[in-house]
Amino acid sequence: MKIAVCIKRVPDTETRIKIGADGKSIVEDGVKFVLNPYDEYAIEEALQLKEKSGDGEVVAIAMGSAASQETIRGALAMGADRGILLQTDAVSVNPVTVAKVLAAELDGAGYDLILFGKYAVDDSSQAVGTIVSELLSLPSVSAIGHLELADGKGTAEREIEGGVEVVEFSLPAVVTADKGLNEPRYPALRGIMMAKKKPLEVKPVELGDGGMTVIQLALPPERPEGRIVGEGPDAVPALIEALRTEAKVL
Amino acid sequence: MTDLPYWTEEHHQIREMVRDFAENEIRPIAREHDLESKFPWQTVKRMGELGLMGATWSDELGGAGLDYISYLIIIEELAKVDVSHAITVSAHTTLGTSPIVNFGTEAQKQKYVPLLATGQVLGGFGLTEAQAGSDAGGTATFAEEKSDHFVLNGSKVFITHAGVGEIFCVTARTDPHPAKRTDGITSFIVCKDTVDLDRAREVGIGHAEDLEKTRGVKAGKKEDKMGWRASDTRELILEDAIVPKEDMLGEQGRGFANFLQTLDSGRIGVGALSLGLAEGALNESLAYTSERRQFGKPVAAFQGVHFQLADMATEIEAARHLVYHAGWLKQNGKPHKKEAAMAKLFASELCMRTTIKAVQLHGGYGYTTEYPVERMMRDAKVCEIGEGTSEIQRIVIARQLLGDLVQL
Ligand SMILES: Cc1cc2nc3c(=O)[nH]c(=O)nc-3n(C[C@H](O)[C@H](O)[C@H](O)COP(=O)(O)OP(=O)(O)OC[C@H]3O[C@@H](n4cnc5c(N)ncnc54)[C@H](O)[C@@H]3O)c2cc1C
Repeated sequence: MKIAVCIKRVPDTETRIKIGADGKSIVEDGVKFVLNPYDEYAIEEALQLKEKSGDGEVVAIAMGSAASQETIRGALAMGADRGILLQTDAVSVNPVTVAKVLAAELDGAGYDLILFGKYAVDDSSQAVGTIVSELLSLPSVSAIGHLELADGKGTAEREIEGGVEVVEFSLPAVVTADKGLNEPRYPALRGIMMAKKKPLEVKPVELGDGGMTVIQLALPPERPEGRIVGEGPDAVPALIEALRTEAKVL
Repeated sequence: MTDLPYWTEEHHQIREMVRDFAENEIRPIAREHDLESKFPWQTVKRMGELGLMGATWSDELGGAGLDYISYLIIIEELAKVDVSHAITVSAHTTLGTSPIVNFGTEAQKQKYVPLLATGQVLGGFGLTEAQAGSDAGGTATFAEEKSDHFVLNGSKVFITHAGVGEIFCVTARTDPHPAKRTDGITSFIVCKDTVDLDRAREVGIGHAEDLEKTRGVKAGKKEDKMGWRASDTRELILEDAIVPKEDMLGEQGRGFANFLQTLDSGRIGVGALSLGLAEGALNESLAYTSERRQFGKPVAAFQGVHFQLADMATEIEAARHLVYHAGWLKQNGKPHKKEAAMAKLFASELCMRTTIKAVQLHGGYGYTTEYPVERMMRDAKVCEIGEGTSEIQRIVIARQLLGDLVQL
């Protein structure tokens, strides 16, 4: 069983983001970068599948700047066998250009399963994994909450509005991981030490012209301060009134 | 906070991992274990699985093969969230395991260290006695030499893990009338069953069935403490304890010199623990004062509060450099007795000051168990007492300064 996990280095969701002077990019200084949280589920699932089957290989693949090596070593510390960095300093907002680079690496490499996180928390495009499957003409299931593999086939569960959808598909395939797929492990100290010795291949790549550019980034409006409407049961009518007319949520 | 020049990418990865673990797994249970003075078996088991119970020991001894700086990072990160967990790792590693690694024979290392390094059983260090605290040379526990064994009699007090643990390094007098009072003390390895057999069996760590236990060694009553309440502190009683000669640790009569060396590195660990605690209290204070509003603004907007926060952060930064510099000296095999004592002295007194300020910045809420600063303030006090009181640290430092100048 050969499994690829595509991972991305993203700003920590707890980081307070500052927009740069150009109004189109974030200030990276002092920002903490982490492995995209949804990708943790993808890595964990790959590791569990390998452990269950008793053999196989888990390859962590990232596209990004040299700093993404650190992110890949995080995946190696969790237990992935080797890493590939598709190195470029270019940033693309068009998921198609990113997917093309990844697809070129994945194509013909003999993976039985290709995992992604359901989206990267930085640009939230939710598209790269699915486009990769299209480029490789593979079945794809997005935002899975459960996965079983048997006899060259996969069964995945996805949460949908008010229920669960169960999908069967043939392998190889592309799946994207949702929260709750598993409980990602902490990298043990021994894993962190071993990660240094695992192979990490760096391949320079060129991003095609995506035909899309960011023209502006804006922070969400500041939330106005809360207001105490009153206390006890007497305050209920005033609260309902405020929720209806001011907050417009009722 | 500033990254120190001593840190590598692995150090950062270790810090991230321990921080995540402490935030997600320890924070939610810290309060309950403190209130009920309960040993956190479940999280200790997980710390063992992650390698935190034997970080610095070699692979063949069951450790993770990390350097000493990594160990300090682990202690610091745990202490930010819960000092009881940090002292559990610290006492187990530097006090319980390091004497066997440093002074043990090959056979002793093979027999005991893998059990300890993997966290399968907990270890401890029995030095302090009712009449021999700061004055550890006053050890009265006696080891009578017989043909192939020693018979130990005495009692050790305030021993971390005396209840939950199974493997202990203890000191006893082998020469009743040495030329110098501190001579004639020898270390021994003794084993007993954990007092928490049911719980140990349930979680699957804490007890080694095959480990031969020393007859006549048992735990006394558990101390009801101000802080470090989820850490186990008890008396360790030696009653006609039969210790075979192969369990003598290090050379006969070298016990005093050996434990002084153990304490030097233990002190850097307590320095890292105190540093973490102070940082934890600062973090709580930053969060709380930014949220809490009085007079129409967050209290953190008042200049009087700025001054407090700035002083706390500045002192913490100083403590970081003392602690990691002492650690770096030790790691590189350089003399570090004075620096270790300075790091421990400064960081422990700092965490007391910082936690008192943190409670003050929380106002009345800080005085309740709703907020962790109340526990942090109680946890801080013993940092100025354990592994050598502040007064003893000052004596150690002054001796290093004056040693060659005046007869002390
Ligand atoms: C929670 C906890 C865990 C512990 N864990 C362990 C453990 O695992 N193993 C172990 O062996 N011990 C352990 N100890 C014991 C600890 O190391 C001692 O409590 C400490 O060394 C002080 O000894 P003492 O309590 O006898 O105080 P004393 O030595 O009686 O000191 C009383 C006071 O006198 C001062 N004093 C003493 N001598 C001098 C001097 N020459 N000049 C100036 N002032 C002086 C002290 O600083 C202190 O303020 C633990 C203690 C606690 C509270």
